[in-house]
Amino acid sequence: MILNSSLNSIAYSSTLPPDWPGGFWWHWLLFTVIIIVFALTLVMGFIWIERRGMGRMQARLGPNQAGPFGLLQPVADALKILLKEDIIPAKADRIVHWLAPVVAFAPALMIFAVVPFGDGAMLADLDIGILYVVAIASISAIGIFMAGWGSSNKYSMLGAMRGIASVVSYEIPVVLAIAGVVLVAGSMSLNQIVLAQDIPFILLQPLGFLLFFIGGCAEINRSPFDLMEADSELTAGFHTEYSGMKFAMFYLMEYAEAVAISAIIATLFLGGWRGPLLPPWLWFVLKVIFVFFIMVWTRTTLPRVRIDQLMALAWKFLFPLALINLIVTAIQILVWPDALPWILVPINLAIMALLILLWSKLFKLGWGRVEV
Amino acid sequence: MGLVVAFWILAVVGILGALGVVLLRNIFRASLCLVLCFLAVAGIYATLSADFLAGVQVLVYVGAIAVLIILAIMLTREVERGSLSNRLRIPAFLVAVLFLGVVSFAILNSLWSVSALPPLEPTTAALANRLFGEGGFILAVEIAAVLLLAAILGAIVLVREK
Repeated sequence: MILNSSLNSIAYSSTLPPDWPGGFWWHWLLFTVIIIVFALTLVMGFIWIERRGMGRMQARLGPNQAGPFGLLQPVADALKILLKEDIIPAKADRIVHWLAPVVAFAPALMIFAVVPFGDGAMLADLDIGILYVVAIASISAIGIFMAGWGSSNKYSMLGAMRGIASVVSYEIPVVLAIAGVVLVAGSMSLNQIVLAQDIPFILLQPLGFLLFFIGGCAEINRSPFDLMEADSELTAGFHTEYSGMKFAMFYLMEYAEAVAISAIIATLFLGGWRGPLLPPWLWFVLKVIFVFFIMVWTRTTLPRVRIDQLMALAWKFLFPLALINLIVTAIQILVWPDALPWILVPINLAIMALLILLWSKLFKLGWGRVEV
Repeated sequence: MGLVVAFWILAVVGILGALGVVLLRNIFRASLCLVLCFLAVAGIYATLSADFLAGVQVLVYVGAIAVLIILAIMLTREVERGSLSNRLRIPAFLVAVLFLGVVSFAILNSLWSVSALPPLEPTTAALANRLFGEGGFILAVEIAAVLLLAAILGAIVLVREK
């Protein structure tokens, strides 16, 4: 009953029909082109933001020679990588080695199919939107595994195994954080979740946002969780043996996943395309860039964690907090079935602060020998 | 029309994947074929308007089970030559033939009744009501959860040091 009432409370008023601009195939063609252009442009933009922003934060210049402010640096990098020789190790499993970049990259692009760029402006408004995202995202782990195995290189293999360990562990708090959002929104469709955000969910679900952000960074192996390509230990991790076009695919995949996670965070927690004055798609892009900027910021601020710290953080810190967050959210939904009131914003912030303080007291590594 | 084409593509891919699992010597490649088979099954669910089931199929089978299978394969030896046949070859063959016979018999003798009703949309809310709502399968869901918990605890106890 609660589910039904919260479903009815969201007035469905999509300005764009599901087959805009007329016809299934035109819709498909238009949005496929939009998604590819959006993803590739933002990947280039993100590479530029990351290199220049990181340079700025580390008190150096960063690439500033190619084009104005070094804006053409990603283009120069891409050209350089594409012209390099494609080397396959003699003992490699050739088919697996060749397929791995494709299997890893395709899911990253497929995620954007359900991300709304405006009210109803998306390739497919699936009912199971966010479940689709989680499911598709889990496929790229197989691509990384194939790369690690197919290279027949111990560093690739170790990197891939670390990657799998982190992806499998961090998926649990991420999914539980998403479950909190789905409870509040009363739908799994990303467009409906955006429409339900009269109060952005970062305020109603601050703990969920934090869990999702940390878990998301770990799942796409961004620093401080980039253990599977920890240069000092594993040379370049799973893509040690890749060069040329195939390496470019992995590089592209890493940033496409960063775009995807930023887009999902913007949609789930920051109100997606909603915002005053500016057109919806611009709001959306601005929010995505903002989230990515926070990711760069954490990357430059925090040192890389150790593998046991990575596992302990997932299982002993994020997982219990995610469970508590889900229970607290469920209770709030039971008390206020129609819509959550503003008064919950300070309460939830206080709950988050209290839980994090409490758990950081309890959180111990290595049977208490190394306290964090 | 589109659904028929999709079904045949998915069916062929799924059966080829399943054959690959059985026939390939390299067990790493065999496990990748298993992933392909799981994905084809998820596609068939999607064509049958079971979108939630399709999503869960990909999430659980491809994202978790296949990954764990591959991880287990990494820890075995002789990955490229696969499992060599041993003296259980003939008993295994007999059991497989028996299983095939039982499954074929069951398939051929079932009444495959087709509902005339249009498929339910959206499925998620209805599914949740059946599972957790009144008169639903809440007891079965909880028994499954307890069983899984017991299995996890058992596994931990078995592999624990000391």
